[in-house]
Amino acid sequence: MRIIRLALKHRWRVAIAFVTTIVAANFQLLIPQFLGQAVDFAHGLLAGGPGSEEEAEAALLTTAFMLLGASILRGGFTMLHNYLGESVGHLVGYGLRLAYYEKLQRLSFGFYDRVHTGDLITRGLLDLEGVRFFFNAGMVRLVLLANLIGIGSFLVISADTVLGLLALSFVPFVAWRSSTARLKLRKMWRLLQERMSELSLIMDENLGGIRVVRAFAAQDHEMGKFDIASERALDMANQRIGVRVRNTTAMTFAYFIAMGLVLWFGGLKVIDGEISVGKLAEFLAFMTILQMPVRQLGMMVNAFARASTCGARLFEVLDLEPSIRNAPDAPDLKVTDGVLRFEDVDFAYRDATGDERVLKGVNFKVGPGQVLGIVGPPGSGKSTIAHLIPRFYDVGGGRITIDGQDIRNVKLESLRRAVGVVQQDTFMFTASIENNVAYGDPWADGERIARANRAAQLHDYVNRLPMGYETLVGERGVSLSGGQRQRLSIARSVMLKPSFLVFDDSTAAIDAATEQRIRAALKDTTQDRATIIISHRLSSLMHAHEILFIEDGRVVERGSHEELIAAGGRYRELYMLQLKPADGEER
Amino acid sequence: MAPGRQSTANPDREKPPRAVVGSQVGHDEKMFGAAFDGHVVRRFAGFLVPYRRRLAVAVGSVLVYTASQISIPLVIRHAIDDALIAGSNRELLELVVMTFFAVIGVNYLTNFLQEIIVGRVAERILIDLRRAMFEHLQRVGLSFMDKTEVGRMMSRLQGDVNAMQEFLENSVFAVGDFVLLIGIMAVLLTLDWQLGLLTLSVVPILFFVRIVWLPYARKSFVRARETVSTANGALAEAIHGMRTVQGMTRETVNFDLYDEKATDNLRANLSSSRFAQVMVPIVDFLTGGAMAIVIVVGGSMVLSQRLDLGVMVAFLFYVQRFFDPIRSLTMQYSVMQRAMASGQRAFEVLDVPLDIKDKPDAQAPAEIDGSVEFQNVNFGYAPDQPVLRNVSFRIEPGETVALVGPTGSGKTSTTSLAHRFYDVWEGQILVGGIDVRDLTQASLGRHVAMVLQEPFLFTGTVFENIRYRTTEATREGVEAAARAVGAHDFITRLPQGYDTPLEQRGSNLSLGQRQLLSFARAIVADARVLILDEATANIDSHTEMLIQRALARLLEGRTGLVIAHRLATVRGADRIIVLQDGEIIETGNHDQLVEHGGLYAKLYSMNYASFDDVPDELVRQVLSSTSAT
Repeated sequence: MRIIRLALKHRWRVAIAFVTTIVAANFQLLIPQFLGQAVDFAHGLLAGGPGSEEEAEAALLTTAFMLLGASILRGGFTMLHNYLGESVGHLVGYGLRLAYYEKLQRLSFGFYDRVHTGDLITRGLLDLEGVRFFFNAGMVRLVLLANLIGIGSFLVISADTVLGLLALSFVPFVAWRSSTARLKLRKMWRLLQERMSELSLIMDENLGGIRVVRAFAAQDHEMGKFDIASERALDMANQRIGVRVRNTTAMTFAYFIAMGLVLWFGGLKVIDGEISVGKLAEFLAFMTILQMPVRQLGMMVNAFARASTCGARLFEVLDLEPSIRNAPDAPDLKVTDGVLRFEDVDFAYRDATGDERVLKGVNFKVGPGQVLGIVGPPGSGKSTIAHLIPRFYDVGGGRITIDGQDIRNVKLESLRRAVGVVQQDTFMFTASIENNVAYGDPWADGERIARANRAAQLHDYVNRLPMGYETLVGERGVSLSGGQRQRLSIARSVMLKPSFLVFDDSTAAIDAATEQRIRAALKDTTQDRATIIISHRLSSLMHAHEILFIEDGRVVERGSHEELIAAGGRYRELYMLQLKPADGEER
Repeated sequence: MAPGRQSTANPDREKPPRAVVGSQVGHDEKMFGAAFDGHVVRRFAGFLVPYRRRLAVAVGSVLVYTASQISIPLVIRHAIDDALIAGSNRELLELVVMTFFAVIGVNYLTNFLQEIIVGRVAERILIDLRRAMFEHLQRVGLSFMDKTEVGRMMSRLQGDVNAMQEFLENSVFAVGDFVLLIGIMAVLLTLDWQLGLLTLSVVPILFFVRIVWLPYARKSFVRARETVSTANGALAEAIHGMRTVQGMTRETVNFDLYDEKATDNLRANLSSSRFAQVMVPIVDFLTGGAMAIVIVVGGSMVLSQRLDLGVMVAFLFYVQRFFDPIRSLTMQYSVMQRAMASGQRAFEVLDVPLDIKDKPDAQAPAEIDGSVEFQNVNFGYAPDQPVLRNVSFRIEPGETVALVGPTGSGKTSTTSLAHRFYDVWEGQILVGGIDVRDLTQASLGRHVAMVLQEPFLFTGTVFENIRYRTTEATREGVEAAARAVGAHDFITRLPQGYDTPLEQRGSNLSLGQRQLLSFARAIVADARVLILDEATANIDSHTEMLIQRALARLLEGRTGLVIAHRLATVRGADRIIVLQDGEIIETGNHDQLVEHGGLYAKLYSMNYASFDDVPDELVRQVLSSTSAT
């Protein structure tokens, strides 16, 4: 079991936990013996045994003190091993938590395309909790139970073979039931988890797409989807409860049957004078000690099944090797001339079948002070180009170089610092506007932040807010409009002064005049660096030094605006439609 | 916290970064409430009613189960006193053993019953509660939903509902614990009241210790829960914003910040473990003490023949079991607190008033004529801030009307009202000659289809998404709709054509493609009235060309209300309504409006592809010049 191996990092704690568990178990096992003794002292005199009442009372007093001592010691050691066991759980949980976070930060975009974010969150929340809980509830107790049964059986069998065996007769049954139940429950946990995810997905989408639901008056349809998923989850939950309850109750029942047998045969033995009443009481008391652990065994089995399912789900992610990572000994990217080149770049998304290439033999070059415009129909591969430059994905064929260095051969961090991509979908973190703008360089001073905001035409708006730059945005803060978000995103990238600035359709929600002002403001910052503008709005890229018209993954037309207009191809067609509607085709 | 923005220019890595992960807002969602909240309990009781029989059986089982637990030491006592000591009586022993087996048989049966009923009913109620909340959210007005985050609502639907389930399961077993405690006390006092009292004297000590301990421990438990939710919030944020994190190479900074939160959580967890475990030796000490009392006092009573040996044995058994119910009962307190806080939030959702609902006598006509009429409509989202003022117009069946106007002029509000996403303040809106408030929402949804600004797709295949609510739609119908909007070609190029599953919200499609699918979806819905809300805004010109052609076909025989951005669309409309600051300032067809020389003509003459591209200053200039003339 891999999750157990996780605990080995804390082997001293685990070792001490085990030792204290064994000590605690031994002290606990002393208690029935003292009880038996006490019963015998009390009964011995009554039955006409030797000794005086004073002697018997003195013996009782000694036994009572011994018992009290054993209880206290047991308590102390139990506290130790419980705490140590739980702390191992917390430490393992902490370790997993960090490992998971770290892994998520390194997994590439291809991974996030495939996996649902809700599922990743569930893994980080519930599955992590499941693993942690196992160490708290399961591991140490399992050792305790094994100890109690192991040492206990030695003691009771050596005291009386038949009674001892009877007292332990339920153990094989319990062991068998719990191991079969573990397998069943494990499968069920997995299914239940999956079905719960389906249900969350339906609710999440419904709430996210509430306007569509309302627009189509599809509430009943949505309730139908909810009910189906919900019943499926309920069905699994009920099955799981059934297995769990059948098991725990059967185990307790088996335990009581064994107790009844001890009472019966032990009673017969007392009648036959083979053992004393005290001995019988000792056997019964020993069994009482076992009652709690046996009840908990069901819970432990459940926790164990859950932990192995949860663990497996976590390891699924932890074991992934990021498809994009630093080559061994990769040097930092050295930007000297500042020239970016695409050389026969091919690209296909991972799950594509056949010739599903998104980019086919794309070539271009852009140097400092130059602006490259990229335009084309949706799905033509425009955005893919933006994603390839900072190596969010790796090229399928050909190569991308910066000043002659293949970007796959340099350190990822240095590459991404050199390339600023203003992305299509802007993510706002729940933090102040200031922190959001300074996202890429949290050590930036206020002046730089303000400058970037001024360039992005956001400064005045921010200053008009009552809290200014301290205004909270994101999930719990004020909501910015699409255009404001895009402007913030521009400020965020511009502030880093990257050598290569890529706008991935990132001005769609900004009006043309503001865009014009942004472009003018950026002129100073971009004059010695390369800019790539991807857009479907021609006014955004008309001024570019070179414009590529991309269709179906290929560059079908290239040249300056004037050249392309003169060529009279697809670009001109688009231009006529967008900027000269009056002369566009009549419908 | 972030240093002041006037700080020195040189970035100094020694100072803390201007960075946070996760939400920095205080916990506005309380995790623990009062231990008892009458409102919550009453509301929750309502959910129990359908299962009252089963719950009664469960409580009955709990009681019988507890009784059987209590009687087991008593049976052993009889075995010892009557069968073993008094007369070494084999038959009596067998009788007692048979009784024992009967008792454990009952114990088994009731144990099974209580666990399975409570477990299943709790699951069922959980589903019922969640369903009620979800269904309510389907009917709550959009003005509420607009203000609510999906994430927060989800945590109510999941986390809070689960906490209620835990509470329900616990409270049934708490009944058992309580009865067990009382039962053991009663039996001890009945068996021998003097020894009983003496033994029970440790109980007040335990209660006292726990009362001293509880506030500290609870604080530490609360802290553990809060830190875990903070850490999880940061994790969720990281997952959602991962593309930005990687794009901006924030990994190292974020990892350190996350580590801080994870370490906080680790510390809090360790401290709460310490608090929980410190009780163990105390309880063991008291148990040992109680047993010592039984041995010394009970033993000497046995010696002086004032007590039966079996009673002493029974006492010893009871003492060992005695502290379990006390322990779990005191633990109930924080479960209760948590449940009350969660319950409050859950019922808050259910208590959101339905501002838009069907009238009892609402109509659901099978056919309507497709006219849309606004009569003196006044409307706004916040009181005193009207968005639409005295808007009146009529769209004849089959007519296409384009709504144009600068941002914030009330276009989107107009279309939302036609679908009764909100109710008007004054005036009325008629669809097919019937006030929308007199129609059922379902029938309004059937007759009025809508394409929204943002294309939203659901998990499922392309086919399922186009078909959406119209589950009776055939494959051919869906394909025809896709052809009409020019989506058929790219769909067939997808790996599995129409059966290609869409990844989350269609992220494997481009924005334009998603837009096309949402168009096809509206066509399949086949309504008499089609509302297009800024649908063309995000589509590139190439795709738009396809749509322009499709639109004409789509609108044939349908009434169209279109928020148009592209002039090509506007010019194709039968009539244009120009909105400005919530009022209709011009109306007519393209040629008439150009001739009229108002705002539309001015905007048109500026040669912008879209009115949204016209900067606000220019609009203001144009307006002042028009009003001046």
